[in-house]
Amino acid sequence: MSYKFHQFQVVGRALPTESDEQPKIYRMKLWATNEVRAKSKFWYYLRKLKKVKKSNGQMLAINEIFEKNPTTIKNYGIWLRYQSRTGYHNMYKEYRDTTLNGSIEQMYTEMASRHRVRHHCIQVIKTATIPAKLCKRESTKQFHNSKIKFPLVFKKVRPPTRKLKTTYKASRPNLFV
Amino acid sequence: MPFKRYVEIGRVALVNYGKDYGKLVVIVDVIDQNRALVDAPDMVRGQMNFKRLTLTDIKIDIKRVPNKKTLVAALEAADVKNKWESSSWGRKLIVQKKRASLKDFDRFKIMLAKIKKAGVVRQELSKLKKETTC
Repeated sequence: MSYKFHQFQVVGRALPTESDEQPKIYRMKLWATNEVRAKSKFWYYLRKLKKVKKSNGQMLAINEIFEKNPTTIKNYGIWLRYQSRTGYHNMYKEYRDTTLNGSIEQMYTEMASRHRVRHHCIQVIKTATIPAKLCKRESTKQFHNSKIKFPLVFKKVRPPTRKLKTTYKASRPNLFV
Repeated sequence: MPFKRYVEIGRVALVNYGKDYGKLVVIVDVIDQNRALVDAPDMVRGQMNFKRLTLTDIKIDIKRVPNKKTLVAALEAADVKNKWESSSWGRKLIVQKKRASLKDFDRFKIMLAKIKKAGVVRQELSKLKKETTC
């Protein structure tokens, strides 16, 4: 499963000067498509929080963070701040996924489809794995059922490889399971 | 017409698209409306879209997300492999695979066997025809 958004841990600080020999080191976890973008995003956020820019700062470390348990399903809560056509809003969204990167990707695509928000207008404030009891959204809570059972109602049979795909078919498909 | 095959924990499904095409997997948990957590004895547990799965009639008795050992034991207990290979769907797939892997000499042998079989059938048919016309 390749994800578009990777999670990076970026560590940086301002350059040491005569007045400040040991500047504070700041660490940030953020999502970007690649390392270069992650470093750029780090400076963007740090500029907004502290009086430091890339020109008078140094990057100390950048590591990619991988999912510890990609084989278990977790409920992720994501707090985000996004810019709509009229202003900035905060939002809390819940997703069920096996990895945090997967749920972040779901979030970006959902924000784009439901609210027409492009990915550069979204800032992830916080993410957390939520235990099932504390989930707020009905759409995630409905899967918290150890005896879950539902039929697949429309089953369109697809060609098993893209090569066997044809534009025209002789007969209409049978959608029954 | 009510539904007979449900997506549930323990449902055995056949993968019909992608890298694991043709494998039998067990639905171990449901992630959301479109995806399931799926496991098989020879693959790492992973997620799969329901569009890539075709449900079978076989269902095994497992709890939500069992570990690999319990899963393999449950598969053995329910005898999924034999049930699948003796079902008409499973048999058809085996025959398809066999036909696809034939070499030229095998196809030659099959041609001879078909001719022989057709000869025997035609003999019987002509015997029966003689009995009814005469």
